[in-house]
Amino acid sequence: MTLNLTDQQRRIVAYSIPVLAVFAALLFGAIMLLLLGANPIEGYSEMFIGAFGSGDALIATILRATPLLFVGTGIVIAFRANVINIGAEGQMVLGGLFTVMAALYLPSMPSLIMIPLVLLAGVIGGGLWGFIPGWLKAYLKVNEILSTIMLNIVAVQLMSYLLRGPLIDPQEIERGTRIPQSARLPESSDLPMLFGSDRLHIGWLLAVLCAVATYYLLWRTPFGFRLRAVGLNEHAARYAGIPVRRTITMALTLSGALAGLAGAVLVAGSESHRMFSDGSTLGFTGGAGFNGIVAALLGGLHPLWTIASSLLFGGLIVGGQALQRAVQVPSALIVALNGLVVVFVVAADRYRTMLLTTDGRDQQIIDEGSMHGGEDATALGSVYDPAPKGTHSYDNEDL
Amino acid sequence: MNRITKLAILIAVFALVAAACGSDSDSGSDSGGDGFRVAIVAPSASNDLAFTQSMVDAVNSLKDSGVVSEVAITDGTFVPEDGATAIRDYASDGYDLVIAHGSQYGAFLPEIAPDFPDVSFAWGTAADTYGLPNVFSYEAASDQGGRVMGIMAAALSQSDVVGIVGPIEVGDAKLYVDGFKAGVLVGKPGADVPVNYIDSFSDVALASEAATSLIGAGADVLSGTAQMVVGAITVAKADGVLWFGTQANQTSLAPEIVVASQVYHWEGILEEIVSNVKGGTLGGELYSITFANGGLVIEYNDDYPLPDDVRELGDNAVKAFEDAG
Amino acid sequence: MGEVFTAAVLVAVVASAIRLAVPLLLASLGETFGQRSGVLNLGVDGIMLLGAFAGYYAVLKTGNVWLGLLAGAIVGLFLGLASSFIAVTLKAEQGISGIGVYLFGLGMSDLLFQKLVGTPIPINTFPKVDIPILSDIPYLGPMFFQHSTVVYLAFAAIPVSTFIINRTTFGMNIRAVGEYPEAADTLGVSVAGTRWAAETIGGTLAGIAGGVLAISLGIFQQNLTNGAGFIAIALVYFGAFTPLGIMWGALLFGAINALVLELKTLEIIPRDLSNLAAMAPAIITILALAVVARRIRAPAALTKPFTRGH
Repeated sequence: MTLNLTDQQRRIVAYSIPVLAVFAALLFGAIMLLLLGANPIEGYSEMFIGAFGSGDALIATILRATPLLFVGTGIVIAFRANVINIGAEGQMVLGGLFTVMAALYLPSMPSLIMIPLVLLAGVIGGGLWGFIPGWLKAYLKVNEILSTIMLNIVAVQLMSYLLRGPLIDPQEIERGTRIPQSARLPESSDLPMLFGSDRLHIGWLLAVLCAVATYYLLWRTPFGFRLRAVGLNEHAARYAGIPVRRTITMALTLSGALAGLAGAVLVAGSESHRMFSDGSTLGFTGGAGFNGIVAALLGGLHPLWTIASSLLFGGLIVGGQALQRAVQVPSALIVALNGLVVVFVVAADRYRTMLLTTDGRDQQIIDEGSMHGGEDATALGSVYDPAPKGTHSYDNEDL
Repeated sequence: MNRITKLAILIAVFALVAAACGSDSDSGSDSGGDGFRVAIVAPSASNDLAFTQSMVDAVNSLKDSGVVSEVAITDGTFVPEDGATAIRDYASDGYDLVIAHGSQYGAFLPEIAPDFPDVSFAWGTAADTYGLPNVFSYEAASDQGGRVMGIMAAALSQSDVVGIVGPIEVGDAKLYVDGFKAGVLVGKPGADVPVNYIDSFSDVALASEAATSLIGAGADVLSGTAQMVVGAITVAKADGVLWFGTQANQTSLAPEIVVASQVYHWEGILEEIVSNVKGGTLGGELYSITFANGGLVIEYNDDYPLPDDVRELGDNAVKAFEDAG
Repeated sequence: MGEVFTAAVLVAVVASAIRLAVPLLLASLGETFGQRSGVLNLGVDGIMLLGAFAGYYAVLKTGNVWLGLLAGAIVGLFLGLASSFIAVTLKAEQGISGIGVYLFGLGMSDLLFQKLVGTPIPINTFPKVDIPILSDIPYLGPMFFQHSTVVYLAFAAIPVSTFIINRTTFGMNIRAVGEYPEAADTLGVSVAGTRWAAETIGGTLAGIAGGVLAISLGIFQQNLTNGAGFIAIALVYFGAFTPLGIMWGALLFGAINALVLELKTLEIIPRDLSNLAAMAPAIITILALAVVARRIRAPAALTKPFTRGH
């Protein structure tokens, strides 16, 4: 397709909108820092240094971005099928638990076999926790937002039960301290390190691979086409003979599987090589199940852009913690700031899509339509009439 | 064409990163200074009237007395991995002592401590240094205070039912609850001591209902541990049921019904740790605060008219621990 | 096992269930207004937390619990307006912007507490009001008629909400813009205006729910709600978008929690299995939904922003 210069400029503006939104949120944060008696310029320079300013900082950012990218990629799959997956937190927990069980109970094996197996266990755990709401939605019409929220609660309790009971480190019982954490996993399940670093493991590489694979799955395979067709217009997809129910189930299962892989990498790549429970999902995931959604949105719901956005968002989190330490403000500020960034990015997203659609090309409208869930797809269809089949051309496609 | 646009954005992103790197040299130089710098990494808020506050207060009092020159705090770090990041950062910032105030951070120390052989780490509550030369560990014998107050609770109870609200059955909380229960049974072997672990460190509403439920079961004296017990204390206050607190002095929460609190004073062992570090010993020792070393203190509520004979029971129990060393 | 189901235990469980249900009920009723108009607000928990802090702080400063409730309502009102602006005017993706509001409320309420209050100080709680005559009925009295005024008010809000939604013009407009905004628009109903109003009611009720929680407990703490706002959202579906259904859902949720606590107190649930028991409310909610979901129809335009002319 040919683009004129104004179009291209418009695109530059459009793609910089989410970044501008982040800056707008940080501006708000600056006001809060001033009110707390801290110097915002000092704070934010510490934030940038803490996130990107050194080799160690970049490693911390990449480690933090890794689960965001896994989850974000899964969110993209779900969103493209018009399903909102709020359950990544619980899916990560299940992934972590399955990995721990595989690592502890499998007979000792060389790393080359062990690592794929424990990661696969995580994929299965998360996939299972995605399959349940997917199946419930597809076959029993149970709203997925609701069932995933409930499954998050179940996952927390399951984690507490297992890590206090069957999976607890035997040494914790011996010492009588009973900290709810697993034993150190066998060394054969430790993720290999990259570039001779002692912290940067292959998790990031895996996440990038998953993002690329997801891109191919969604835009280069018949399954991907069917999934997006279901996301655009369920009724039309059904008329076209696409197995809608199976596709929805599959979309949430895949989404959960990727979140499960995030959990698996968190455990196998953790510096402590254990899983610990403090009775909440956040204690294990660090909120990646929620923030991954934002990373996906920041990346325009495209798996390849999510690679960049997860790095940016990971940097924000790591940098925020550095800011807290440098200017000694309560860490609650960082949580509030995180929330503001989410709100600003999501609120600004509309303008990004608007800019991209004013030139008369309607695919972005369709794209955007696919983001808005609903029980009744007729309303969706009537509002957002998709382009005739065969002419589907997603501009995001040709990165 | 499209690719060029995206390339431009990528370049912009890298320019940002580069700018960040550039500013590193300007402001990133922290002078080590000649004072003694301490950093605390803790899971709950520094003013939780419980676990975290006990340590923050102790370090601040060392700062007031001049033993420590600078204190940095990262609180609310309930994600262990974030705690590990903070610990590593404080260590690389050249803090002399980094206190990992939470059992969950311990598993990271074997990875972090060897990277910073000149920095001393203190980890609690725990009883293990993993054989690392620059790690101290500390714990509170909270079962001692639990036992002392349990004995007094048994004496004060008229219904012979004494209830306990717990968070998750682990670590310091379990130690305290078990000690308190044992104490009650020493005081009154036939007493009923229902324990309600609510399976959460944070759910104040459940803690409140748990207290209601225990009172419904006949309890006229309650105790509990961890930061969510504030919910239980307000219920006890409303129902006029007596309360024994732990970890920090909880009298201010309900002056009418708090009988006494077991208070952690980490100052003593911290001072020892600091002087050890100053003298070149960076770790390897286990510390425990007890009645005998003055780290545990029962602080009575002066507004509560505690009968003398009950007070004597408490004092005797404390003395027994002190004598035993 | 014989002593488990004594009358005293039953009374305690029911009374406790009602207390636990009230904040859920209020927040969930508010969310119903928003959802019936087509707006999903996932930020309820964040609004509750800020409402809880505002309520706590006002009571701490004035000693008056009703002023506290008012403070919670005002904070909820403003956050409701902000949520409307984000969801209706800016047309942000509702499932996600709400998570932002949640995180903001979670952090901000904690920050304000640390800066303005510091260590927790107990505040006055709602006085208990025994309803004359009724409260003297054996068993039923202690179960239903010995609560604080806000409990009665919360339950009174159910018929009021039902009436507003089903019988008033405003309620009709809410349903119209939630089902078929295009048609409502053609008939001259302001889609944006109605959604703003419904969403703001929702925010206000969430703020009140937070205030009720804090003032009933007499304390504030970081993350005081512990996810109650998310349960409230779930209850909207559970109650099939009707106030009466939501009441049953909130009571069921409260009852299961109360029963588990009571069974732990009586040491009937082994401690090792208490986590499994704590899963019960969530699992039962899912199972119940699996049974009834086909019969529940969500508002057709739920989560869909409206733009005239499409």
